[in-house]
Amino acid sequence: MSSVRVLVGTRKGAFILTSDGKRQKWEVAGPHFGGWEIYHLKGSPVNPDRIYASQSSSWFGQQIQRSDDGGKTWKPVGNKFVYDGNAGTHQWYDGTPHPWEFKRVWHLEPSLNDSEAVYAGAEDAAMFRSSDGGQSWEELSGLRQHGTGPRWQPGAGGMCLHTILIDPTNQDRMFIAISAAGAFRTEDAGKTWQPINQGLKSEFLPNPTADVGHCVHRIALHHSQPDVLFMQKHWDVMRSDDAGESWREVSGNLPSDFGFVIDVHAHEPQTVFVVPIKSDSEHYPPDGKLRVYRSRTGGNEWEALTRGLPQQDCYVNVLRDAMAVDSLDSCGIYFGTTGGQVYASPDGGESWSAIVRDLPPVYAVEVQTLQ
Amino acid sequence: MIRVILPPHLRTLAGVERMVELEVRAPVTARTILDALETKYPMLRGTTRDHVTEQRRPLVRFFACGEDISQDSPDVELPEAIASGIEPFFIIGAIAGGSGIWN
Repeated sequence: MSSVRVLVGTRKGAFILTSDGKRQKWEVAGPHFGGWEIYHLKGSPVNPDRIYASQSSSWFGQQIQRSDDGGKTWKPVGNKFVYDGNAGTHQWYDGTPHPWEFKRVWHLEPSLNDSEAVYAGAEDAAMFRSSDGGQSWEELSGLRQHGTGPRWQPGAGGMCLHTILIDPTNQDRMFIAISAAGAFRTEDAGKTWQPINQGLKSEFLPNPTADVGHCVHRIALHHSQPDVLFMQKHWDVMRSDDAGESWREVSGNLPSDFGFVIDVHAHEPQTVFVVPIKSDSEHYPPDGKLRVYRSRTGGNEWEALTRGLPQQDCYVNVLRDAMAVDSLDSCGIYFGTTGGQVYASPDGGESWSAIVRDLPPVYAVEVQTLQ
Repeated sequence: MIRVILPPHLRTLAGVERMVELEVRAPVTARTILDALETKYPMLRGTTRDHVTEQRRPLVRFFACGEDISQDSPDVELPEAIASGIEPFFIIGAIAGGSGIWN
């Protein structure tokens, strides 16, 4: 029988939530790495018992942990992230040049066909690759050095590479996103990159339609349509039908088009989920109502999903890596909040319940569907 | 044997108790202590000092015999009480909340 394993990264450790395919009763294991910040965990699609975790601390730096038994036991692997060559500078908040400094890994993306290979998205923004299960890391410096890097600048959370999407039909093609630089694409497994931000508009920029500088919060794709990308930008929900060559806004009737997460239904490529947040200075849902919005039309037309979610006095946030979907027949949707709740819907968003309510602030949620 | 007191985060990372003991060849300095620590516990590499430059991480402090030696050269020879193991060498996370280091 199928089962589900939800990997939760929080400000004070990692938790693993498991259930059978009904997704009604859950077991909570953790905290793993108690006291450490866990920005992300993700399992290998090739070997689901292999899970990578990004463990960090402002005091003691970055660790990468690896489990080979589905998260029961862990061992630290390589934590040496060194920029290739002269790291150079990017823009600081005030526009002055600021040296590139490694701070942490925001996102780990295991290869789709090799459990030893995994990508890491870092702050200050850069992409690293390991081909030995996380023991050693090499920067894919073509991204940082392709020419626009000196114009990148940090978003409020830092200058982070937070999204890595691998095209399942052509693994040499990848999409990444950086706050606040924008989205980028490679066609050659990370050697060369190009910005893909045409159509984005960011009013905080001197040139709102500049080729880089946009605060992209998250992008998502459906495996059956890898040329179709959905984006939650700082403000605006966007869509591309040509692998990022151009973008158009699909915010439609959302109560706010600010937000962090965006994800796509496992079986319906035009069904998209977002969680609107009031504004860039008010990081909580509009009207104190926690609502997931679903579009079945690939954007523009959105419906509020509220059953089981708090509809008054709710002032949590849902951070950019904190939503995921499972691939069971009735697609499950999951998200975590800064209030420590992890909500799950086993029916495509129709109804919700909290798997767990009182974790530390949730940074990341990933789901593994196990056979 | 040199005795080193670790902060809680590094104890859990290395899977050790509050204090570890290390063989350190003379001269006993902050650098030679950290070298020995990282050799015995490789997972601690990068946690107290940069991998490449070996600069102390900004929110880490070192104490020897009650003195804050964080700003000293890592090659300054430490007091005999540290070298003989009478006094421990402290690695401390800059205070931000209860550290538990004295427990």
